[in-house]
Amino acid sequence: METTQLTVSPAPHIRARQSTAGIMWMVVTALLPAAAAGVVLFGRPALIVIISSILAAVLAEALCQWVMGRRITVGDGSAAVTGLLLALTLPPELPWWMTISGAAFAIIIGKQVFGGLGHNLFNPALAGRAFLLASWPTAMMTWKWPAGSLSWAGGSADAVAGATVLELARRGFFAQHGVQVPYSQLFMGNIAGSIGETSALALLLGAVFLLAFQVIDWRIPLGYLGALAVLAVLAGQNPVFHLLSGGVLIGAFFMATDYVTTPITPGGRFFFGLGCGVLTFLIRIYGGYPEGVTYAILLMNAAAPLLEKATIPKRFGEVRANV
Amino acid sequence: MRAKTFRKGIHPPGNKERTAAIPIEVLPAPKRVVLPLCQHIGAPAQPLVTVGEEVTAGQKIAEAQGMVSATLHASISGKVTAIEEWPHPTGKQLPAIVIENTGGQGFSPAPGVNPGRPLAEITGEEIKELMRAGGLVGMGGAALPTHVKYYPPAGKKIEYIILNGAECEPFLTCDHRLMLERPEAVLYGLKAMMKTAGAKKGYIGVELNKADVIKVLQEKASGDPTIEIVPLRVKYPQGEERMLIYAITGRVVPTGGLPVDVGVVVNNVGTAAALADLLQTGKPLISRVITVTGEGINEPKNLEVPLGTLLEDIVAHCGGLKDNAGRIILGGPMTGPAHYRLDLPVIKGTCGILIQTREEIGEMEYMDCIRCGKCVEICPFSLLPNYLGLYAEKNRLEEAKRYGVMECRECGSCAYVCPSRRPLTQWIKDAKRKITAAQRKTG
Repeated sequence: METTQLTVSPAPHIRARQSTAGIMWMVVTALLPAAAAGVVLFGRPALIVIISSILAAVLAEALCQWVMGRRITVGDGSAAVTGLLLALTLPPELPWWMTISGAAFAIIIGKQVFGGLGHNLFNPALAGRAFLLASWPTAMMTWKWPAGSLSWAGGSADAVAGATVLELARRGFFAQHGVQVPYSQLFMGNIAGSIGETSALALLLGAVFLLAFQVIDWRIPLGYLGALAVLAVLAGQNPVFHLLSGGVLIGAFFMATDYVTTPITPGGRFFFGLGCGVLTFLIRIYGGYPEGVTYAILLMNAAAPLLEKATIPKRFGEVRANV
Repeated sequence: MRAKTFRKGIHPPGNKERTAAIPIEVLPAPKRVVLPLCQHIGAPAQPLVTVGEEVTAGQKIAEAQGMVSATLHASISGKVTAIEEWPHPTGKQLPAIVIENTGGQGFSPAPGVNPGRPLAEITGEEIKELMRAGGLVGMGGAALPTHVKYYPPAGKKIEYIILNGAECEPFLTCDHRLMLERPEAVLYGLKAMMKTAGAKKGYIGVELNKADVIKVLQEKASGDPTIEIVPLRVKYPQGEERMLIYAITGRVVPTGGLPVDVGVVVNNVGTAAALADLLQTGKPLISRVITVTGEGINEPKNLEVPLGTLLEDIVAHCGGLKDNAGRIILGGPMTGPAHYRLDLPVIKGTCGILIQTREEIGEMEYMDCIRCGKCVEICPFSLLPNYLGLYAEKNRLEEAKRYGVMECRECGSCAYVCPSRRPLTQWIKDAKRKITAAQRKTG
């Protein structure tokens, strides 16, 4: 018989189509509506933040891997996801050099020092955001309402111009002035806030896409949004307001669902989401910041290994001694 | 149709349409067969023939050694030309009896069989003896000598016999064709097994993608209340023994236990048909049905081949390999080993030959685990394959053991879904092998 080039490799010899790089690019795709909404609402400055954040993240990753003599894997899309996610949590007019510092921190300290993709303890994008929040708090809390979006405030427009709705609610603005929360604007995203967090509609579009392709686990957003809504009701507040304002939606669907920094067990993921919801609510009500998503998720990241250990599923056929 | 199933699992593309409609063709006896002395789980058989001896098909040529071992018969008539080491489907070189064809026809029936005797007159004890004499082993792949399952440990009773007709491995259609073309043999074998075990009920589990089989079997078995044909959902690994038992009876075989612990014995439908042949005609296990399929073979077929037929003869009969053939797999794509040579013999547990093209062979490079949890979501045994893989990769065997590595049945589902293409199943197999070896050493 003539010789044929034959491959010998371990079973299984067929593989599912979804690859890690494919997943990352799907996440990027899912974030595009939110990014587009941000650019439409906040204009060119937002676009500059997005582009500089992605570029800085990808370059930082390549540089790190080059310095450490490792394989350069920016093609897997994970650095681009981190850069994009970070950008979407930043104020639209953040100076470009701050953006770049945040993205570099996210990749270098948040991810590469731990060993790269799959090894970091904390969500890199949120680590970058926390770093920026601690370094340049004023710039990080400078908000801007999209052009023409303040008509709901009537005569108080000047008083609300630099604040997000969460801050206004915290100050008791709506109650004092007898002004209605602009819910339809909250849903469409026509409000002040981070570039990609304001449009609930755009975020939900992306979330449906990720859920439909089973890229993210529904248990996490269910636990997160469920806990937040229930606590809001118990505290006599409007749960819809809590869900639509601030960074809850981008956090619940895109940050808390990060594979690397959440428990791998199904039960652990639900409780992880639950914990994020509870912490977000507590920080909003009792904390020093008007918004609590960043720290809620980062704190739960730290608790993830513990949650995972506590929720290891019962094996098929397992006979537990003391049952 | 209400179909039963197990929890979790995966849905790989079936790829069975290539051969599902092609009737089983009998391969003419090849000019040479190679019969390894070990084609089963257990001790190798001892040769009873010498080089130069003339043998007839069906003649016993090697004797089982002890309880867990299987007798071997000549699969063609001819002359023994060598007893020597030969490449074996396990990847090793193992002793085998080589027979050159001299053109003889037919076979000599196994001693003690009285063809035509009704099942009612044969006792269970006799059937067990015949299973041994006929060299019967499980034909789904594992090849445990069949009689072993019919000697339950003291105090255990067999209530149900389950025939595995799930054929959940993609590409394979040999069981499909066998059940469709020889339903009476399958049912007869099942009745004989039930009688042997004293079981009150017999089930045949068949995946819904074989609706024609379900219909035929249900018709043929309609008058018998002790037999039930169970439609199963199309899902992998539906035919894994413990998943099948759970799907059909709802019973969970405890870890470290055997199916008989929950009153069940599972056999492959091919084994049942082989038992029927043995009891009805005296034909020992000397041939089997295999599926030859894949993008890389010119004429995919379902073939009945004499045991010991070399892959090269089968491939030649199927029009040869295509120019871009790139991987040869014995069995299905999920669990079958890949081989680099065509002088391997078909043995009792060989279900098929799958030829993939070079284009079908994906990227071999793997990435670090990103903890996506897909393997955890689908593992039918609810293990954490990502951790088993990590510990096994780093040779941390104690931790692997604690996370249940020995409970893995190596179905391959975790490696199938892994987006980072990690060879999880391979690492797990390695770890299991090392742990077993260490245990044997320390006794």
